This record gives sequence, C-alpha cells and structure tokens, in this order.
Amino acid sequence: MTSARSVPRAATAPAEIRRPAGGELAEPDVPWIVIVWNDPINLMTYVTWVLQTLFGYPREKAERLMMDVHTKGKAVVSSGTRGEAERDVARLHAKGLWATMQRDV
Amino acid sequence: MSDLEAPLARDPDGFSLRLSDGERDLVRGLCGQLRQLLHDADPVSDPSIARLFPPAYPDDPLRNLEFESANGGSLLAGRLAAVDIVETTVDAAHLSEDETLAWLGSVNSLRLVLGTRLGLTEGSTETDYPEAHPDRDAYGIYRYLTWLEGGIVEALSAE
Repeated sequence: MTSARSVPRAATAPAEIRRPAGGELAEPDVPWIVIVWNDPINLMTYVTWVLQTLFGYPREKAERLMMDVHTKGKAVVSSGTRGEAERDVARLHAKGLWATMQRDV
Repeated sequence: MSDLEAPLARDPDGFSLRLSDGERDLVRGLCGQLRQLLHDADPVSDPSIARLFPPAYPDDPLRNLEFESANGGSLLAGRLAAVDIVETTVDAAHLSEDETLAWLGSVNSLRLVLGTRLGLTEGSTETDYPEAHPDRDAYGIYRYLTWLEGGIVEALSAE
C-alpha cells in the first residue's frame, strides 16, 4: 500500500519526447490510463477490497470506483507511464479483474 | 453451506477456518481440477482459461503479445502457488494472513472459470437452473464458492 498514489503522475513525469536511434519519435512517458471493466462474476465486495489493497485507496474511494464499474460498465482506476500502467494491469489480472490500458486521449 | 456461521473468523494470529469435512473435500477436488486446467488448458480454445489471462491491450495484438510474454509466466506461477497453499492447508483449523490470501485467490479463480463455463450474466439466478438442468450441480458449486469468497473478503476487510 502506498500513499504516493494520491500524487498525479502526470505532474512528475518528464514531458520531453526523446528521439531514439531508430529515428522514430519515442512515445511520451505519459499518460496511460488503467481501466477495470464490469464482469458478471467478480463480487462487488471483492472488487472494492482489491482496489483498497492494490492501490491503498480509502474504502470510500474504492467503493465509488467499484460502483462506477458496476453501473457504468468501467472505471479508470489508475494512470501513469506506460510501464506503471502495465504493472498495475498485471497486478489487477493477478487478482482476477478484467483490466486493460490505453492512452488517455 | 451454512448461512449462520461465517467460513472464516479473525483469531489472534490470522483466521480460523470453519468448514465441514465435506466442504474441505469439495475445495480439495476443485483445486486439483484448477491445477490441471492451469497446466493443460489452452486459453485460445478455452474461454474459461482465457478469462484468467485477459488482454492488457485489447486493440493492439503486438503489444499484447509483449505484455503476455513479460507477465504471463508470473501470473500462471502465482495462481499455481496459491493452489498449492490451499491444498496444503485445506484441512487446517487455522490460516495465516498469507494463506488466507491464497485461498481468496484460488476461490476467485475457480469462480471465474466456473462462471465463464456456465455463461453467467448479472441476471443469472437459481431459477435458471431447475431440478433437471444439466448444469444445476455446477451452479450449486458456483454459489457455494460465492458464499465462501464473500466470507473471506468480509473477514479480511474486518477492522
């Protein structure tokens, strides 16, 4: 559990775009968002517990995100660099949640 | 299944596990099946296994392949390790915090596999599985696992 999650990552990530050896523009480090999708199997109490334990969210925030998943079909649960988002997606998959990631357009 | 007594209750250094012999046999059998599935089943041809390994990039097959090769191994290893712990502790009267998390993970995996195989929707109820329905027993097991998982989450969430 970490409280560093309350700091928006976009504010701390470098904004410059580096040019790699291949000549193509490297993708900027931010922003990517992690989405949890609704599914008919995972328990609401379980989803809340997962969001609390993985991200250190207070119960109220975790419950609000869970209800968004349940009623709207999905919720953005975290954001960050591509690497950070991949790590979060992997941790959510390990808990059995249906999580994907995409650029925050 | 008892609605009166919770399956788990906090004790001084973890949780007491209050399941009947029959329930423990059921969990043991299901864990064996889950292990077999994790070892043998092909996510491409078995949606219930695919459910345990969702795509990170649904619209980008190439990146998804990279993601799977980076993370798929540890995801599988984690699930197998959790099943090991449940099988080792299935007859225990007491579970540590870590063992309880392994139970939660395995029970959740089992519900995902079973629920996917049954094709459950949010509207599925017991009335969809009358006496003669071929999946009635499977749905009964799913409901039992739902009760068990709900109890584990409740015990872990209790202050």
